[in-house]
Amino acid sequence: MARYDRAITVFSPDGHLFQVEYALEAVRKGTTAVGVTGTDIIVLGVEKKSTAKLQDARTVRKIYKLDDHVCLAFAGLTADARVLVNRARVECQSYRLTLEDKVTIEHITRYIAGVQQKYTQSGGVRPFGISTLIVGFDPTGAPCLYHTDPSGTYSAWKANATGRNSKTVLEFLEKNYTETSGDDTVKLAIRALLEVVEPGSKNVEVAVMTRDGGSLRILDDAEVDAITAVIEADKVAAEAAKKGPSSS
Amino acid sequence: MDCLFGFVGDGFVMMGADTSACQSIIRVKQGIDKILETGGKKLMGAVGDGGDRVQFTEFIEANMQLYSFRNGVPLSTNATAKFIRGELATALRKGPYNANLLVGGLDAGEVSLYYIDYLATLHKMNCAAHGYGALFMYTLFDSEWKPGMSLEEAKVLARKCIAEVKLRLVVAPPEFLVKIVDKDGCRVVSLEE
Repeated sequence: MARYDRAITVFSPDGHLFQVEYALEAVRKGTTAVGVTGTDIIVLGVEKKSTAKLQDARTVRKIYKLDDHVCLAFAGLTADARVLVNRARVECQSYRLTLEDKVTIEHITRYIAGVQQKYTQSGGVRPFGISTLIVGFDPTGAPCLYHTDPSGTYSAWKANATGRNSKTVLEFLEKNYTETSGDDTVKLAIRALLEVVEPGSKNVEVAVMTRDGGSLRILDDAEVDAITAVIEADKVAAEAAKKGPSSS
Repeated sequence: MDCLFGFVGDGFVMMGADTSACQSIIRVKQGIDKILETGGKKLMGAVGDGGDRVQFTEFIEANMQLYSFRNGVPLSTNATAKFIRGELATALRKGPYNANLLVGGLDAGEVSLYYIDYLATLHKMNCAAHGYGALFMYTLFDSEWKPGMSLEEAKVLARKCIAEVKLRLVVAPPEFLVKIVDKDGCRVVSLEE
């Protein structure tokens, strides 16, 4: 007889939770997502997985709105993300109903991380195979970026990346991150993503949130291509400058 | 003592409600807005016992917002009315809500108004009203309402309805708030001439 109360996530003799670590492997296989905060803007960039010819690309979403003022991007199993996003959306409305106030970014992150943790300590379930980047502005108007992972850990970041090649992206951000604002932040986020993704609007999706700009805005293809072109031009100019003085 | 009324016009729905919150024979507060402007182009007016009125409409609003986030589009007026009725019906034989509502809205240019009462009755109507004032308003609707009224004509009708209630009802509310919803969204209208 099948018994569903046996835990799947149990400790190994040397203190590892293998299911959680395998979930992190699943995240590492997912397409890259990067989040960058500026003084008055937050940018989320995701690698667009190549869609099949007959597939409607608009229905393959990696950036979700949880409430008017909170957004989530993820890396990992899409179906797991859908379920977690749904739970988070219900929590956002439930909070509004009970407390007549919108959730803080920290609250909803703590909630999502709590759900992820619960699934590492329950019977008959496996952890969610996703890491999330949760963004929004807190009540004081400061931009927030939080990262959660399958173990249920969460922490705040100035900029972070998750998914495949996230190490490379994070190294780039560590080297190049400065406090920027407006378009400069968008450029920084796209530059970081282009370290590991082919340039072009069909490979990259970018969404921005500004403090007084209302809710999430997804940049259209023309805008992304324009910024990518500027980045490429800057790169070419930088190469030329390096070689410049020596050639005559 | 609560009074809520609504009717459809040419590309808009007009809804009016009194602004008093009462406890038996005492007027506790004036200036209450009983008409919620909800997701998309919709007005949801509710009258009834204070707690139920607010709790129920806020619960409905939260569910409408959730629907918008899940599906990317706001709930239609018809679906909203059906959902409200469903919730009232389920609660009716457990812990009923004492709330009477009118839901009016615009969906792709079409206007509609729905009458919902505390027993979970649902009717799509051109003109509807709740409360003791409804007794007088329905006769005025019968003689004065016509399809495709302009905003000015609607204001005239609303003024007549409120005047009749104030004239004939012993417990007539002193103040009313009137709103409309049209293609530009929801807003308060002044009935001043």
